[in-house]
Amino acid sequence: MAIEVRIPTILRTYTGGAKSVEGSGATLADLLDDLESRHNGLHDRLVDDAGLRRFVNVYLNDEDVRFLGGLSAPVRDGDTVTVLPAVAGGMR
Amino acid sequence: MLTISRALQAQILAHARADHPDEACGVIAGPAGSDHPERFIPMANAERSPTFYRFDSMEQLAVWRQMDERDEEPVVIYHSHTATEAYPSRTDIAYASEPGAHYVLVSTREPEVAEFRSFRIADGVVTEEDVRVE
Repeated sequence: MAIEVRIPTILRTYTGGAKSVEGSGATLADLLDDLESRHNGLHDRLVDDAGLRRFVNVYLNDEDVRFLGGLSAPVRDGDTVTVLPAVAGGMR
Repeated sequence: MLTISRALQAQILAHARADHPDEACGVIAGPAGSDHPERFIPMANAERSPTFYRFDSMEQLAVWRQMDERDEEPVVIYHSHTATEAYPSRTDIAYASEPGAHYVLVSTREPEVAEFRSFRIADGVVTEEDVRVE
């Protein structure tokens, strides 16, 4: 078994249109590195120098990974990771 | 062009007035591919701010999952501006992430005047569209 990663519409250009892809790793950081090897460019849309990008939500199963250690959150086979762009804005 | 029912338009405007002076935000879901907004889903503004909005991340996950299960998509994503016109700000454009959605903006700056406008925002480009209320 692998880890399923659900990809939002706006990032499917990196997955050949696929709604979900699979990967492996011991932590979220490992998993994203593994995905990058097959989906070039995806990593930089999710991560910057400071860690997970502020306006990208990443969930491990039913929890926001920000509450689980962010990129160092442990993951394992059978988990589902969901990526959703934050819906945000403001008047300025 | 956005085609929306009078009842849904009224619900958006009422939500914006109710949350004023904070920005209000939410989604109207519709069947995938239909371009038809049907199900009104007001969202919490996690920022509780008069100048910024952000969907609460856990509420967003629940709502997006529910839409997936029902084969729906976010046809309309709406929010209010409380002191400026109903036009996408630089921040709105920078964070717009649903190129298929109608971005509806309302303004509550004038208590007696309803401003309700719709835009497409994709790749940093804003295009205003007509709104047909039926």
